[in-house]
Amino acid sequence: MPPTIPTPHSFTLTIDGQDVTATVGQSILQVANEHHVEIPTLCYLDGLSVWGGCRLCMVQIVGQARLVAACATAATEDMQVVTQSPQLHDYRQTILQMLFAERNHICSICVANGHCELQSWGQKLGVDHIDLPYRYPDLDVDSSHPRFRLDHNRCILCTRCVRVCDEIEGAHTLDVMGRGIQNMIIHDLNEPWGDSTTCTSCGKCVHVCPTGALSEKGTSVAEMVKRRQFLPYLTVMREAK
Amino acid sequence: MVSLDRLDKIAHKARESQRACDHSVNVCTAAACQSAQSQPVLNALKQELKNAGLESRCAVRSVGCMGPCAQGPCISVEPQGALYGKVRPEDAAEVVASLSTTPVERLAINTSTPFFQRQTKIVLANSGRIDPEKIEDYVAANGYRALLTALTERTPAEVIQEVVKSGLRGRGGAGYPTGLKWNTVAKAAGSQKYVICNADEGDPGAFMDRAVLESDPHRVLEGMTLAAYAVGATRGYIYVRAEYPLAIERLRAALRQAARQGLLGQRIGDTEFNFDIELRLGGGAFVCGEETALIASIEGRRGLPRPRPPFPANYGLFGCPTLINNVETFANIAPIVDQGGDWFASRGTEKSKGTKVFALAGQIVNGGLIEVPMGITLREIVFDMGGGLPTGKKFKAVQTGGPSGGCIPEAHLDLPVDYESLRAVGSIMGSGGMIVIDDGQNMVDVARYFMDFCMCESCGKCVPCRVGTAMMQDLLNRFCGRQATSRDLATLRHLCEVVREASLCGLGQSAPNPVLSTLQYFEQEYLDAILGKGRSNGHASP
Repeated sequence: MPPTIPTPHSFTLTIDGQDVTATVGQSILQVANEHHVEIPTLCYLDGLSVWGGCRLCMVQIVGQARLVAACATAATEDMQVVTQSPQLHDYRQTILQMLFAERNHICSICVANGHCELQSWGQKLGVDHIDLPYRYPDLDVDSSHPRFRLDHNRCILCTRCVRVCDEIEGAHTLDVMGRGIQNMIIHDLNEPWGDSTTCTSCGKCVHVCPTGALSEKGTSVAEMVKRRQFLPYLTVMREAK
Repeated sequence: MVSLDRLDKIAHKARESQRACDHSVNVCTAAACQSAQSQPVLNALKQELKNAGLESRCAVRSVGCMGPCAQGPCISVEPQGALYGKVRPEDAAEVVASLSTTPVERLAINTSTPFFQRQTKIVLANSGRIDPEKIEDYVAANGYRALLTALTERTPAEVIQEVVKSGLRGRGGAGYPTGLKWNTVAKAAGSQKYVICNADEGDPGAFMDRAVLESDPHRVLEGMTLAAYAVGATRGYIYVRAEYPLAIERLRAALRQAARQGLLGQRIGDTEFNFDIELRLGGGAFVCGEETALIASIEGRRGLPRPRPPFPANYGLFGCPTLINNVETFANIAPIVDQGGDWFASRGTEKSKGTKVFALAGQIVNGGLIEVPMGITLREIVFDMGGGLPTGKKFKAVQTGGPSGGCIPEAHLDLPVDYESLRAVGSIMGSGGMIVIDDGQNMVDVARYFMDFCMCESCGKCVPCRVGTAMMQDLLNRFCGRQATSRDLATLRHLCEVVREASLCGLGQSAPNPVLSTLQYFEQEYLDAILGKGRSNGHASP
């Protein structure tokens, strides 16, 4: 790593006992990423606004009673962050189990098999079985769009698609309907995707989706590779303006 | 322009017109009594007085809640001092005939009982005594005096100091020190600041805020205006749930009257201080009682909470510093500023000052609204004031704090009611709902009822609350159907921990409390359900 030159806006804190430098305004997660400390995330995506909903990035701050979401908490001077502990590991495993059991995630027949963030976090965090009661909800697949498909069975409600559509594309075609366990991603006022008058068919939602919930038509099992290069590119270009 | 002199004049005139009558019959027209048909009683009383030719000598007034809601409709007669319950329109003639003689014994409610004698009224001081639709009545009861005095004679910092001294803590449930919050907002940088009154009361069985808004809306407006002066805000919002139509109607009237008298708007009390209040109606989401979700809802977005910090005191409504307090908290402000923080702090316990309003519901004889000093024991509330359970029923537990609270068994009834003690036994003070549960009730059913509530009211933003509450509800259904295994019990306990620790906002963090507290005190009922021996009487409805 190249040596960093401290500026008045930078300060130090510790992450898992290691001294790290951060600049004012950075979140714990950003600092951790810069220093190659891996914290699991699902709803977070660099370039989109912070959501703080998946709770996978929960970390412990020494001296604070409550766990905090690393994505939504600003790093401060002398903060002591713990990203790994048996308790955190247990909570992360349970949250992943909750997501696997909430809807119908069957990797072996999924277009995103091998390219799915939920699946890969499950593997990395050792979720090899589900202790929680499966819910097996009866959910629809919206194939009305000529090029894309929305499969609610594989949706984890991270709202990346909603945010990219609103914040990057500026269309706000997507949003969330309902409350709690009834939450559902919808197009416009809950109309079939193909009938949407606001969708620009840009496909950004498909490529930010961490699972196989949003996919391109014509892809079969394990063929839906997500391409997200546009997001850092657009973010940097727009900032430059 | 409004001034103390003008207030005196309004008060004088109101008192004069009250004095012009020999008698006054006060009829409660708050929601509970109104649903028990108090309006026909009021009409019948007017008709009877007309028939008796006493119209000019006896006034019939519509007032707010008197407390014993289970006895509604309630009326009181001044200066006779009688309080009547379960009054029907047919009783009007008898009441009118008794005005100059002795009270009607058949209808009288005994006011020498602990239910009345043990109360200390600060928040409810005017409740049931003044007409909530008349600003003159509120002014005659020394209303708006604290505001005008503060505006002309005290600095904002002095007002905050008084609130700090009072030791008042947030009455919405969490118990955050009010003075500290005010100080933070006052010190926050920003030219635009807001004051929000959280009137999104949603706990099942709780109706304290509704009663305050229906019985004495001006007290809340005065508290908000004092808060705005103290923290430097110029705009206020009252976020009230749409399910409270009467409270909304009376708030609207109060806002109109206050603006007309120059107590809201530009240059209040001929000072530089400007403040306006706008009413916002909730769309029926329980989570909008959570402050960041409430703010999102006022901004016109989906009512979803967001991670804190930043707290609303620094980054609130439209990104500006925002003071957000509950109805009952604001209702305490005018008396504190008027009579001093020390006066308020002389009531209650060391860490919980003042009084608290509780709504008694469930299996209790004297259901209704009470205001008691902090530190009173639960036993005194349930058995002395509440009169215990109806004949033939045996006490099992009292549920406090709504879906975020817990069930407290007999063994802890001698606990003083304050924020810390209730938390120590696995419940919370909450906003003030108290539901008494008898021994015919299965506690697993009770837990399932509250979990059902949390599941339906979860916004779905964070995974632990969205999925966890639904899974816990599934598991509790298995217990209620006596199909649970001991593994289900372990899973339930584990889910409780993860949902409590990992959820984004207070709704999820406290959703496991009803399960955890019943597991703590009534574990046998869960074990019985595993063995298939327990009984389940269907869906619990405390």
